[in-house]
Amino acid sequence: MLNNDPLENILYIDLSKRMFKVEKRRDLFEKYMGGAGVATALLHEECPEDCDPLGPDNPIIFAVGPLTALFPLASKTVAMFKSPLTGNLGESHCGGRSAVAIRMAGYGAIVIKGASSMPVYLSIASNQVYFRDASSLWGMGNFATGRIIRENETGAGLRAIMRIGRAGEKLVSYACVTSETFRHFGRLGLGAVFGSKKLKAIVVSGKSSLPVSDKKIYKKIYDEVYKAAVDSPVMKKYHDLGTAENIMPLNDFGGLPTRNLKEARFEGASGISGETFAEQYLGRRLACSHCPVGCIHIAALREPYEDEAYFYKTSMISYDYESIYSLGSMLGISSASDFLKLMDKVEALGMDSMSLGVILAWATEARERGLISEKETGGTKLEWGNVKEYMKVAGYIVSQPNDFYKALARGVEHAASIYGGENYALAFGGNEMPGYHTGPGTHLGAFIGARHSHLDNGGYGIDQKTLVNRKMKPEELIDILLEEERWRQVLSSLVVCFFARGIYSPELVTRLLGIAGFDLSTDDLQRIGREIHNEKYRFKIREGFAVDTLRLPERIFETPSPINWLNERYIKDALKYAHKTILKELDAEH
Amino acid sequence: MRLAVLETEKCIGCQSCMFACSRIHGEAGLSASCIGVRSIGGMERGFTVIVCKACEDPPCAKVCPTQALTSRKGGGIHFDADKCIGCGHCRDACIIGAVFWDDETNKPMICVHCGYCAGFCPHGVLGLQKREAEDAEQ
Ligand code: SF4
Ligand code: SF4
Ligand code: SF4
Repeated sequence: MLNNDPLENILYIDLSKRMFKVEKRRDLFEKYMGGAGVATALLHEECPEDCDPLGPDNPIIFAVGPLTALFPLASKTVAMFKSPLTGNLGESHCGGRSAVAIRMAGYGAIVIKGASSMPVYLSIASNQVYFRDASSLWGMGNFATGRIIRENETGAGLRAIMRIGRAGEKLVSYACVTSETFRHFGRLGLGAVFGSKKLKAIVVSGKSSLPVSDKKIYKKIYDEVYKAAVDSPVMKKYHDLGTAENIMPLNDFGGLPTRNLKEARFEGASGISGETFAEQYLGRRLACSHCPVGCIHIAALREPYEDEAYFYKTSMISYDYESIYSLGSMLGISSASDFLKLMDKVEALGMDSMSLGVILAWATEARERGLISEKETGGTKLEWGNVKEYMKVAGYIVSQPNDFYKALARGVEHAASIYGGENYALAFGGNEMPGYHTGPGTHLGAFIGARHSHLDNGGYGIDQKTLVNRKMKPEELIDILLEEERWRQVLSSLVVCFFARGIYSPELVTRLLGIAGFDLSTDDLQRIGREIHNEKYRFKIREGFAVDTLRLPERIFETPSPINWLNERYIKDALKYAHKTILKELDAEH
Repeated sequence: MRLAVLETEKCIGCQSCMFACSRIHGEAGLSASCIGVRSIGGMERGFTVIVCKACEDPPCAKVCPTQALTSRKGGGIHFDADKCIGCGHCRDACIIGAVFWDDETNKPMICVHCGYCAGFCPHGVLGLQKREAEDAEQ
């Protein structure tokens, strides 16, 4: 790493004492590069064993990487914390302006500890942190909060505004943190950790320059990466229809979870397809800072006011494959405008749309089967496709008027442990399932992934590309998933957007790192990826996680997937092997 | 030729142009950028792309106390960093905000209309334009 690279600066903020300091931690960045690797190391340093995820000791860690602001698509910020949803490793990635803003403010990572006694928001610039009174923002939604901070702070165009809505304030276990209105630290409840610290928002901005090892070569390699990004067909796909493009192919494949995965094909899929959204609603496309692709799709929804003629409200609402699955097919919603209305509400409240959709789907089926009735729901009718009622329920999950909604606010795993229906409570390792019922790859991937996310190892891709053509021994599949997850530790330590993983080959990565003064071979990268993965698992095990004790929701075996040999035996064998392999890895390292 | 914003509505806010401008000025990062992209009060409303208009009678040059800024033939300005004392008058005089500031050198960053940034705009928002053509349009 280069001598004068501000990446080595870690900003430590203590909300209890209202103090901050900057420490140089070259050691961490030289060892793990940045992002997920550095954040995992900091989690080990800062998060005491068995700490309460919603207590002052739980740290919030943000980290960016050496390639951020140097090369296109190193555009994510990695957040690390102990998750209030799973009680274990919490990791979530967000783009928007966050990564570039943190790097340009002159930091490689930010660590926030303690808790404030009253609502605050933090304004962070180079060498400065202001603790601002957020009492008047408390209770406000994501959109309004952003608007007010935008007007109060400087740095337009160079800043990220990361904030929570009411779900975070009310400690909903899967509350998200939203940046730039439409991007999220979505999964695993970072929003609740913010809320528990009375931290409403963080605005960070900066505009510095960065050192490079060789300016001439820098410009040359930059051109190469830029060209690869704009010419790549994958990137074009994400720009054109966005991730929503996947709705139809997954439905045709028979892997689109529908009505709480009672089915894996949705008869109403075309109503919520990427094509439908693009043709009828697409209003704007956006990009994260330093990303020429721009996969972010925003719909414009025009709704008439019922009480006055020719009076309309136009809302701009973002959509993605995952949210369309969870708040669409999973709930039997087949109209794009219905989906958008629900999505808009969820955005304002600030919840992970994926978790929420899975929870609503479970609750709907539980009501269908008579496990819960209108006594629990307080009169709201949970029924497939009834968007009005789903919007009400989303509101109640935040306001929590009774025990039932309090339970829903803690995730599907928790709710099912009280009301039953565990066999169709679709959480893996405590995290609600992603939008794929493509075969064993996706489910095993989510079970063993360090954050139980589909992006940990992309198991759904293995189903669609490989397992449709040939059967695989459980051991082989696990080895492939682990291998992929280790490599992704490298990418997420460089905070490269996973959509660009095809471009960021190991060979290219070593060259780009050379520009940032890191002399690493492809073997070094593999080793670092492995180490980070192990460190994550060390944390998970420390906090009580074990692959072989995972709860397997029977539903995934009942509903046929495109890979017809998916069954319980196979998954169990695979998990047993995964458990052994992971432990062996950890032993071997010591 | 001058740099012009051809189609603001197509801007996705990727800031590739800003990074490009900094690079052509020999810096990685954003400190040396002469172009600015920011949302119009929230990204949902789109972006404004701020670049030097190459005014024929540039207000920034008029207020410069040391003649570090002089107007160029055909519009735009020439900046002589050696003469600049970093007073910031030019920045205040440019009401469209196209005089950017390099905090590291404490001097203005002013577009030279080289067009390098346009080559990195993925959606043709930026382009070089002949002044005559623009005049004819009006
Ligand atoms: S591809 Fe999409 S998510 Fe990835 S950096 Fe670009 S805009 Fe952000
Ligand atoms: S034309 Fe040249 S100087 Fe002007 S903004 Fe673009 S890259 Fe910068
Ligand atoms: S490169 Fe083009 S699309 Fe990107 S911010 Fe600049 S003007 Fe907008």
